[in-house]
Amino acid sequence: MREWGGHWRICCAVKGQVLTLPRAPPGRFNLPQSVAPEEQEREIVYLDNAETTRLDPAVLDLVQKFMVDKYGVPAGEFGYKLEEEAGEAIERARETIAKKIDASPEEVIFTSGGTESNNIAIFGAARSNYYKGKRLITSRIEHTSILRIIDKLTTQGFEKTLLDVDRQGFVNLNGLKTSLENARLVSVQHANQEIGTLQDIAAIGEIARNSGVLFHCDAVQSFGKEKIDVQAMKVDLLSMSSHLIHGPKGVGALYVRDGVKLEPILEGDDREKGLRPGTPNVAGIAGFAKAVELLTGDDAVRMRRLRDELIESLSAIPDSRLNGPRGERRLCNNVNVSFRYVEGEAILMHLDLKRLVVNTGSACYSQKLEPSHVIRAIGGTLEESHSSTRLSLSKWTTRQDLAYATETVKQVVDTLRAQSPLARRAHEKK
Amino acid sequence: MAMSETLAKKFGYTEKVMDHFKNPRNVGVMEDADVTSKVGSVACGDLIKLYLKFDPDRDQIKDIKFESYGCAANIATSSMMTEMVKGKTIDEARKVTFKDISDTLGGLPRIKLHCAVLSRQGLETAFLKYEAKRGRVKIDEPFVNKILRGVLDPVQGVDIISAKILQGTKVQGKKITLDLKAKPESELAKSLAEDVQDAFEGLDVELDLKFKE
Repeated sequence: MREWGGHWRICCAVKGQVLTLPRAPPGRFNLPQSVAPEEQEREIVYLDNAETTRLDPAVLDLVQKFMVDKYGVPAGEFGYKLEEEAGEAIERARETIAKKIDASPEEVIFTSGGTESNNIAIFGAARSNYYKGKRLITSRIEHTSILRIIDKLTTQGFEKTLLDVDRQGFVNLNGLKTSLENARLVSVQHANQEIGTLQDIAAIGEIARNSGVLFHCDAVQSFGKEKIDVQAMKVDLLSMSSHLIHGPKGVGALYVRDGVKLEPILEGDDREKGLRPGTPNVAGIAGFAKAVELLTGDDAVRMRRLRDELIESLSAIPDSRLNGPRGERRLCNNVNVSFRYVEGEAILMHLDLKRLVVNTGSACYSQKLEPSHVIRAIGGTLEESHSSTRLSLSKWTTRQDLAYATETVKQVVDTLRAQSPLARRAHEKK
Repeated sequence: MAMSETLAKKFGYTEKVMDHFKNPRNVGVMEDADVTSKVGSVACGDLIKLYLKFDPDRDQIKDIKFESYGCAANIATSSMMTEMVKGKTIDEARKVTFKDISDTLGGLPRIKLHCAVLSRQGLETAFLKYEAKRGRVKIDEPFVNKILRGVLDPVQGVDIISAKILQGTKVQGKKITLDLKAKPESELAKSLAEDVQDAFEGLDVELDLKFKE
């Protein structure tokens, strides 16, 4: 790996001018050894931070320290120095995560990520002899892992209820209240992965708690960015992930409220309360906690401001529609817009050629050729789901990035509309 | 290697596919077309409209243009198809298969092969409509069913005959009655109605669509 000294800045050519944009803080990055001249023109503008984020250089330093120098794993009572250092790092990390959500450290276990946390929580609650209900309640717009876990359990004697959502993606609370009979678990996400809707978790928690039903919340998209308080929100189980907040991939956490009894889905040792046995990912866990410390409230405020600017500038494109709510009840880094008369995979492909990375709910983009279940659930047309384009910000996203994104999206939508019979027909009708 | 252009690799798009996607040939509208054809559906996210002009003495494709609502493969296959058949007679062009289109593009990812099928169907629909307009073929039930091969079921992504949505076809003079399996007034029925109307655009027929669950 080559060291990259000095302040990290990148050059890009915009309309013949060469601009220098401030980017990520200094750190160690791999530079391409040789790139074709046309590829040197512009750095990637990465607006797919809801998919994954770049590691914070300070996290990398710490991860490397635990991988190279302090490579022990916590063991028994009489550990040698390396073991003790590893054990301390994990416990410090546990405190950091717990503090972030107002939990006790003993209530946090480390996992390999959001999907594993969801599996441990839901399968664990379903297989526990401690609980009786046979109904699992979730929303139509959950992450695929939740929907598939619950589908699986319907083949094992459970029934499922899928809660409807409104046009902005908010869960119908009356629907929840009327489906609680024989319920064992409610699982509703905090922030939606596609359209950024922030659910009223406290209201859902209140309803579940009053009925004695377990409440799991998938907070993978919001953790670290939006305020989470498991006491005020009355959450029993909460899934978190590291790689969406500039931490390492392959690590996450699950909050398990004291007294909640889960049946382990993995057999091994007693580590992580027996719920996640096996050698812990010490470096990943330490890096995860570091990433949590490095993402501040100011970052969220800035992302929210930039998000609103991007929503305004993209909404100015004719025949566009914002998916999801505006304002405080939208995840701070999420923008999702549908553009009529054009298709999302083609948009993405053109944007990729212009070195702008975003995401789409288009059926053509999914390997299963299925349109976004989220856009469909909020009542969006198939056309709206095919062209839904998600742009997700990070703490390093700059106003210049968004100016480039807006201009580029506009250009690409124009190009594709010039080829689209739907756009022409709509134009002729006007 | 930089991240850009890797999306094409992820999808398995060849350089030729990307070339035709970036610089589509024969794209746009043709005001004085002899015949148009529209196949696919908005609901599927996969639709093309073709415009053709013929030399009537030789049945030769003098000009062909396309418009697209769809993914990169939709645009590339339509572009390639128009390039392959331009200047050919109808008989010659009919020998071009969807596989030829895919092969000439250096191959398509398996899940995108249907785009080549769609562009080839668009061509066939255009030929059928041209022949009907010139009075060479009769507008009968087999003809109608051949046209309907270009109308897709948005759920399964296959034509409405294979998807068993089309339950019956009746032709009496200019009147075409179709029995379609879809809940009346549903999103599916509305989408099918629009696509069927568009499929027969330019032909002197009256459509009567009966939706039944």
